[in-house]
Amino acid sequence: MTTLPPATGKKLGLVIDLDICVGCHACAVSCKEWNTGGYSAPLSDIDAYGNDPHGPWLNRIHSFEAGDGTGGRTVHFPRSCLHCEEPDCVTVCPTGASYKRSEDGIVLVNPDTCIGCKLCSWACPYGAREYDQSHGVMKKCTLCVDRIYNDNLPEADRVPACVMACPTGARHFGDLGDPDSIVSKVVKEREGYDLLPELGYRPVNKYLPPRTREVDRSHAKPAGERPAQIDAVHAPTAVEKFFGWADRMLSD
Amino acid sequence: MHPAYSVIFFTTSSGAGYGLLFLLAILGALGLLPAERWFGLAGFAIALGLISGGLLSSTFHLGHPERSWRAFSQWRSSWLSREGVLAVFTYVPSGVLAIGWIYFETTSSVWNLMAWLTAFFSVATVYSTAMIYASLKTIPQWHNGLVPPVFLFLALATGAVLLNFLMLAFGIWQAWAVMIAIAALLAALALKLKYWAFLNTRSREHTVESATGLKQFGNVRPLDPPHTAPNYLNKEMGYAIARRHSERLRRHVLTLCFITPALLLALILVLPGMFGLFAAGAAVIASATGVVIERWLLFADAEHVVNLYYGREAI
Ligand code: SF4
Ligand code: SF4
Repeated sequence: MTTLPPATGKKLGLVIDLDICVGCHACAVSCKEWNTGGYSAPLSDIDAYGNDPHGPWLNRIHSFEAGDGTGGRTVHFPRSCLHCEEPDCVTVCPTGASYKRSEDGIVLVNPDTCIGCKLCSWACPYGAREYDQSHGVMKKCTLCVDRIYNDNLPEADRVPACVMACPTGARHFGDLGDPDSIVSKVVKEREGYDLLPELGYRPVNKYLPPRTREVDRSHAKPAGERPAQIDAVHAPTAVEKFFGWADRMLSD
Repeated sequence: MHPAYSVIFFTTSSGAGYGLLFLLAILGALGLLPAERWFGLAGFAIALGLISGGLLSSTFHLGHPERSWRAFSQWRSSWLSREGVLAVFTYVPSGVLAIGWIYFETTSSVWNLMAWLTAFFSVATVYSTAMIYASLKTIPQWHNGLVPPVFLFLALATGAVLLNFLMLAFGIWQAWAVMIAIAALLAALALKLKYWAFLNTRSREHTVESATGLKQFGNVRPLDPPHTAPNYLNKEMGYAIARRHSERLRRHVLTLCFITPALLLALILVLPGMFGLFAAGAAVIASATGVVIERWLLFADAEHVVNLYYGREAI
């Protein structure tokens, strides 16, 4: 049923710490590895070793630059399904293959009933749904529904594969509907935020902002006070001038 | 958005079909069209043929067409499902109406009721097609109040051009048919101009800063892409048309979809008969070509907010 549950028991989701993510893609690779054999199996790759490799990945790691100068940052930015509280990806689905679970809020696609119309991927602002061309159905993050409740795994492993894989501890998993959970507390403390909040999808997953660093400027000297020899080193020699001239002539 | 040919063909073909069906039903119910067998046969065959051909083509781009029956189940929340349900509903009264018109050569009593139901369901189906697009908050060029009336009036206009051709072919043409078509064309034109003006002037309220939440550090730009070859998102939603190409195509839409058919139809008023039939045929071809370009452009002009993660600054 694609109408949304009025409220969900839990709000399971991820909290991603942009302050410590190093952009290593371990979570994305681990996700692909688990899920190509799990609930969403297969995650088919096409032309995997050729010129146009493509196929669904449920987690994508972007890197952005934000700001300039000493205040500027490189921010590695993992992007996957945010298991929104008001996801249009679910309500637009004509078949009921897309649904939001009332018990824990996980948003899933039933691969046995999906007709592959792709409308849900159009309705997701976050690019969290990728179509599987060979399987003919839509694929998305399952929050490792086949791990987190899996009695066959040791208890410590009952977390999403991406959270297990992250070498820096930048990904946290828990119940964001419970104000006393560790994830809720860290979101509160670090002022975790929603992506594209103006669209009103109310994502469950939160992002923790990079911390602003104290910059030690005690050694920096204004340009006018630079020691003379630095300029001397940088003044071009006759040979450098010649090569500079040749370079300009040849590249015009 | 990447223009998918099956969807372009579906929306334009079924649009014209529903436009024609709507006019046949209303004008038939009002007694303005003769309840004559061969005219009815041709009219319903063309209208229902365009609709069915369109519906069929819309299943071509599905990953699992054999499961399409499931799409009738979620009408409570999904416009795509509602469209499917309404399209099937429309076959019932229009089928009964066609039997009355063609077999019994009448459009009164129960057939009259069927005619009004056909008209109602035709409008409702085209409206739900439009709402599939207009309900997507992720695509600001579609998520606005102009998209449904544009779909409705273009369906009416292309259907009305077809009706003129048919009436001329059967020698039952009357001047009011041209008036209806020209009025529908002008209304659609006005809406389309208003829509393009909206595209030119709307503010781009979704930004990469809002998509990443990194505004506090200053301006945000991509450094490394998440993957080295285009993925599904880039192929499906990354299509972007250059402004100047878009403007050139808008001019083609203007001439082919609106001005040429309107002028050709106006000529019929002066020269009906054989020449009029040719003029109406040319008008059908022009409006069909024009509306296909219009629909292609509706996709090409549309920008999905996911592109904010792939280098676009604001959408
Ligand atoms: S992130 Fe996208 S796919 Fe996931 S729940 Fe939200 S809208 Fe749906
Ligand atoms: S692609 Fe599948 S899950 Fe997505 S809207 Fe269509 S039927 Fe539903």
